[in-house]
Amino acid sequence: MSAVPGKGRFGEFGGQYVAETLMPAVQELEAAWASLAGDEAFEHELQVLLDEYVGRPSRLTLASRLSERFGVRIYLKREDLNHTGAHKINNCLGQALLAKRMGKTRLIAETGAGQHGVATATVAALLNLPCQVYMGAEDVERQALNVFRMKLLGAEVTPVHAGSKTLKDAMNEALRDWVTNVRDTYYLIGSVAGPHPYPEMVRDFQAVIGKEARRQILEKEGRLPDALVACVGGGSNAAGLFSPFEDDVDVRFYGVEAAGEGVATGKHAATLTKGRVGVLHGSKSYVLCSEEGQITEAHSISAGLDYPGVGPEHSFWKDSGRARYLHRTDAQALAALEQLARDEGIICALETAHALAALEVVARDVGSEGLIVLCLSGRGDKDMMTVAKAQGVTI
Amino acid sequence: MSGASLRARLASIAEEGRSALIVYLTEGDPSVKATTPLLAALADAGADVIELGVPFSDPSADGIVIQEAMQRALLAGGGLVASLKAVKDFRALGYDTPIVLFGYYNPIFVRGLERFAKEAAEAGVDALLTVDVPSDELDELYKPLRAHGIGVVPLLAPTSTAERIAEVARFEPSFVYYVSMTGVTGAAFQGAAGGAKRVEMIRKRCGAPIAVGFGIKTAEDARAVAKYADAVVVGSALVRRIADAGSEEAACASVAELTRELRAAMGKG
Repeated sequence: MSAVPGKGRFGEFGGQYVAETLMPAVQELEAAWASLAGDEAFEHELQVLLDEYVGRPSRLTLASRLSERFGVRIYLKREDLNHTGAHKINNCLGQALLAKRMGKTRLIAETGAGQHGVATATVAALLNLPCQVYMGAEDVERQALNVFRMKLLGAEVTPVHAGSKTLKDAMNEALRDWVTNVRDTYYLIGSVAGPHPYPEMVRDFQAVIGKEARRQILEKEGRLPDALVACVGGGSNAAGLFSPFEDDVDVRFYGVEAAGEGVATGKHAATLTKGRVGVLHGSKSYVLCSEEGQITEAHSISAGLDYPGVGPEHSFWKDSGRARYLHRTDAQALAALEQLARDEGIICALETAHALAALEVVARDVGSEGLIVLCLSGRGDKDMMTVAKAQGVTI
Repeated sequence: MSGASLRARLASIAEEGRSALIVYLTEGDPSVKATTPLLAALADAGADVIELGVPFSDPSADGIVIQEAMQRALLAGGGLVASLKAVKDFRALGYDTPIVLFGYYNPIFVRGLERFAKEAAEAGVDALLTVDVPSDELDELYKPLRAHGIGVVPLLAPTSTAERIAEVARFEPSFVYYVSMTGVTGAAFQGAAGGAKRVEMIRKRCGAPIAVGFGIKTAEDARAVAKYADAVVVGSALVRRIADAGSEEAACASVAELTRELRAAMGKG
């Protein structure tokens, strides 16, 4: 159980910091979400889709050579094998089914790298709902392939030219759409961020990762792992992996943020490491901002981690010491991606590569008989142009 | 200056038998030094209350006109500190036109609530409106503001339920800002139809004067809304004039011109 003293709060973090116009919609969502507890018909409908459409449960693969390299046993939770290639679809299916149930007739979403946008466009097609995706103009250019995929799936993609033209600005624009079309529109947030109940709801839809991993590791090893590792941008795959282990006090949590060009350079996305407590996009949490409270631009080679905020529950876990947050640079992530490809024959997403790059530290912490589960949150196909460019290769 | 004096000012305007004109200006647009002269120009032209927008990097409730103004302002060095200084300078010129700081929560939260309340009171700010702090989250901000005599201006919207409307009364608001439509600032005006009944209901439940804003751009719009609102708010239309003006002097003249037109149209009774 998480320590949630106030409604929608994780300690001092979380809350509902949105415009009054949106509050009734947020409260309507809160009530609809609460009504799902113990709703077997909903759970069944979602489970069938997770099994038959996404391909769950995802595998828990023993990474032999990686294990040998670090002198511990390392298992990979294979979210990269899901339909659409990442963990994002778990949450999108849950929320889109809820939107239908609430009688909403239109989905909107923000996306950075395009993975959440693609997953939202996918479930919108599956459930026959019109879908509008907001994406920073700069990301539209960097991720042309994902833009094409979303359009192929029938979604409308709107480039956002405001501000820094990246994920945070896409989120602002989605909020503007929502406030304008609040009566019929469902805002499908892709991470454990935003106003309550999103952080809790997205975590619970992603908790399928941790629930499966817990069962699978007990079957394979007969014991719980010593440590869990996942990358943290907004933090949804990490929250999904960690939360089912929250009461297992001997299982250590490691979240890995993007250090970009290095946390000392100012060009990074290490919100928990270098940020301060603030309010952004509906919740109180750590944010990257100036002394005057202006949100600063995040930087990471991985567009999915390129966000100046973080889910409020991670802020709570950081301050309470339940989880430890590390950070890894662009260069370290690239090296880890290459190493995994050669050791295990798996090309992972650049986001995931940050978690892999922290294995050395985690392995040292757990010691030689240690058992580690790492969330392999997504596959790397989308990042091949970026990786090639970083290696100086022209494709 | 204080939340109480702002409320008294609105009451005396109501006694004159007219609606108050509230105008909005983004601090730091087009430059930090232009803000105090612009405030003076608005006050001289007959603005009853001025909302001074504190520039923020992520104005998610604003339309494109104010978004761009905020970006210009941030590039020019605007922000919370500069906003407080502009108010202080405006007061030093002898103006007592009530000022409502209008902004987003993060700059204020990061400043520290107690420190902000103290500095705002010292600068001569009367009240605060934070777009992204609904009544559910307002307590933490309300307490320090109240201790320093700064009023709060809650927002209500077409989607606000009866319970939510009743809820804002406990903050003893200087006035309540009713957002006339679901949308962002500067969107197309959707007409005054249906507004009168809703405003009347809100006024009864909150026991505070009701200002109506969002989308009101012309003298004609203002006249229609003034028939039932205690105050009419015009923002993006003025900000656009500043953007279109070639110089700071031209900006002052242009916003003064629109302010006089609006005041004349709202007239008496």
